[in-house]
Amino acid sequence: MKFQVERDVFAEAVAWAARTLPQRPPVPVLAGLLLEAGSTGGALALSSFDYEVSANAEIDVTVAEPGRALVSGRLLAEISRSLPAQPVDVTVDGARVVLSCGSARFTLPTLPVDDYPTLPDMPSTAGTIGADVFATAVSQVAVAAGRDDTLPVLTGVRIEIEDDRVTLAATDRYRLAVRELRWQPERAGMSAVALVPARTLADTAKALTGGAQVSVALSTGDDAGAGQGLIGFAGKGAAGQHGERRTTTRLLDGEYVKYRSLLPDNCAAYAQVETASFVEAVKRVALVAPRNTPVRLTFTADQVLLEAGTGEDAQASESLDSLFESNDAPVEDFSIAFNPAYLLDGLQAVDAETTRLEFTTPTKPAILRGGKESESAAHEQDLRNDYRYLLMPVRLSG
Amino acid sequence: MAPDATILHADLDAFYASVEQLLDPSLRGKPIAVGGGVVLAASYEAKRLGVSGGMSGRRARELCPNLTFVGGHYADYQRLGDQVIDILRDFTPVVERISIDEAFLDVGGAIKLFGSAIGIAATIRRRVREEVGLPISIGVAGTKHLAKIASQVAKPDGLVVVPVGKEREFLDPLPVTLIWGVGPKTEARLAESGIRTIGELAATPGRSLKHLLGNAVGDKLSSLADNIDPRGVESGRRASSVGAQSALGKQVVTPDLLQTTLGFLADRVASRLRAAGRAGRTVTVRVRFADMRSVTRSTTMSGAISATSTLTEVAIELARVALDDHPTETSISLLAISVSHLADQAVLQLELPLGLADDARRPGSEKGAVRWVADRSADAVRLRFGRNAIGYASVLFSDVGHVPDEFRELAEGHGLTTPR
Repeated sequence: MKFQVERDVFAEAVAWAARTLPQRPPVPVLAGLLLEAGSTGGALALSSFDYEVSANAEIDVTVAEPGRALVSGRLLAEISRSLPAQPVDVTVDGARVVLSCGSARFTLPTLPVDDYPTLPDMPSTAGTIGADVFATAVSQVAVAAGRDDTLPVLTGVRIEIEDDRVTLAATDRYRLAVRELRWQPERAGMSAVALVPARTLADTAKALTGGAQVSVALSTGDDAGAGQGLIGFAGKGAAGQHGERRTTTRLLDGEYVKYRSLLPDNCAAYAQVETASFVEAVKRVALVAPRNTPVRLTFTADQVLLEAGTGEDAQASESLDSLFESNDAPVEDFSIAFNPAYLLDGLQAVDAETTRLEFTTPTKPAILRGGKESESAAHEQDLRNDYRYLLMPVRLSG
Repeated sequence: MAPDATILHADLDAFYASVEQLLDPSLRGKPIAVGGGVVLAASYEAKRLGVSGGMSGRRARELCPNLTFVGGHYADYQRLGDQVIDILRDFTPVVERISIDEAFLDVGGAIKLFGSAIGIAATIRRRVREEVGLPISIGVAGTKHLAKIASQVAKPDGLVVVPVGKEREFLDPLPVTLIWGVGPKTEARLAESGIRTIGELAATPGRSLKHLLGNAVGDKLSSLADNIDPRGVESGRRASSVGAQSALGKQVVTPDLLQTTLGFLADRVASRLRAAGRAGRTVTVRVRFADMRSVTRSTTMSGAISATSTLTEVAIELARVALDDHPTETSISLLAISVSHLADQAVLQLELPLGLADDARRPGSEKGAVRWVADRSADAVRLRFGRNAIGYASVLFSDVGHVPDEFRELAEGHGLTTPR
């Protein structure tokens, strides 16, 4: 194998493929990155696989001699990242790969390529979605996913596809994030569900924002074809112009929680705050709320008072302008307490200038969503920002 | 603003001798000594006649011809001493146990809940008397050293408070021997210079004291006499588990026995966790069979628990598993519960009702929140009226719950904090 490639194109493709390599591979070959220089034209495929996640990038190179080689992915990523801006030449020399760039020269041992597992096939394409919308939506939802592996179901993002609508949902018991958006299904009237590991999904969506669209590949229940139990994504990388990136992820098993019934139809009261200044205020008062002790919010007609800290400990308070309206009988004030980290996650995920907080009682979930009421009604029309973040409050004392 | 007097020194009176008198009513009101060749401890009746710890048995008998010598029931000393420390920990986790029978407490953080430091001290004295059956003296002051002196002045069976700002008035007339570290030798050396009271000591310039006693000792003494004592109450490093066990003699296993005993133990463990604002994820149950062979079973839950009923349920399940694995064993001699994987849980993060299998055991579920409220109400009642004032029905109405003091070998260690 022998090829020449542009430094930036190579470095970026290696970074993508090496991104999901395991820290401590169960077998040494899984630490490898597979380089395959095709015989036809000038394409190089870079692949990695750890039996859970596969990643694959294809870039344009000048192939002098087709062939394949397996090298340490982590090392190759570090080397390619720090190369000077010159063309890179890669050659297999016996059991070694020689990489030269300008006057720099690296010799890497190869791993036994015959021992490398076959990468899973991509399932069939189910539809396409705007890359930026998808990245935003996934990040809005993945923030609420659980991190505790004792209950794997909650570490996933639930994807529900119903014709041209996609719903993403995640919960860690304390909050639930739900985002609806539109996409272009491959086949009208299709319907599918999947549970994707949240961290992998978030990394993937972020890494695929280079192109305009991301295509989603999913084997639907009835077809026993390629990629059973997998979801695949394909798109362009951050620099976009060079070739395609593909990745597959094994789906999580298990029945997902029935979250839709938790989304209330109406609320007793709601408040509206300016998101950025509210975020800053929460961060400030939370300085005296160590180890997730709560921030207390008290809403009056045109103000919200934020407080943290009790008794002998450090205390903080801050007031901000806000609107508060009760849908039922008029309420003088309304107090509720939240874990500040969860509250900040929600405010930041809302991704809007103003945030609307909907309340029922101080021990029932609050809902955070973007925008004023009129705007959010408009949003509901085109689903551009139909995002809801349900947050359970903290109960203070007895 | 001067800090309030919130440091308590609680010291059981003539501890070993008082325990012997508690265990054997025929000894009450009589001069007794624990020990034989040497007096380890003397009752107040004996002390009044000059008998004191460290004295030879013969000398003691000379001073007090009708002195009764008794053997030391060491297991009972430990058990009763632990019970008293447990009562102290009901008021604050800031308890520094310095020996089997004395401890410092800082109740600064507990005043909002239970009223003044003096009120807390009085409640402690009443509860120790009622629940353990022993007299205890308490000194209340702004520093540890002063609180210790106050408790010595309070003895026997008294309470002395030194309000902040009145320290000198309190200290000046007291003999120098009450200062921690002033033994007979130092006393004699000071007496040679005409210094007998703390007031006289305080009036002595630092330089003369140093000349008299050497640099280090002189410095220490003068700052103590001037009520300078920056030491805080050290509650020790945080423990990694909390447990309780109960020896049962030899009893046939019945659902009732498990419910009652494990319910009682779970209540002790869970309430101690809550008092410290902690909760644990791993529950371990130990079952000892009649032949003294023991087995343990443990489980780790998805969320940390501190609710009495949740811990009881989990413990009964674990004991059941252990017993089912040993179908030939029909009677048991001990049950123990321990909770580990501890985390802070001072407030309750509520959870969405997701309908997951473990919802009932999650602290933030609807059921968990009900238990949280119930436990905290019970804790508050107990802090005011004592441990036996309220309890879970199954425990309360059984023999075990009614007279927990009859539980033998209730050696639970020192609770959530380990003394250094």
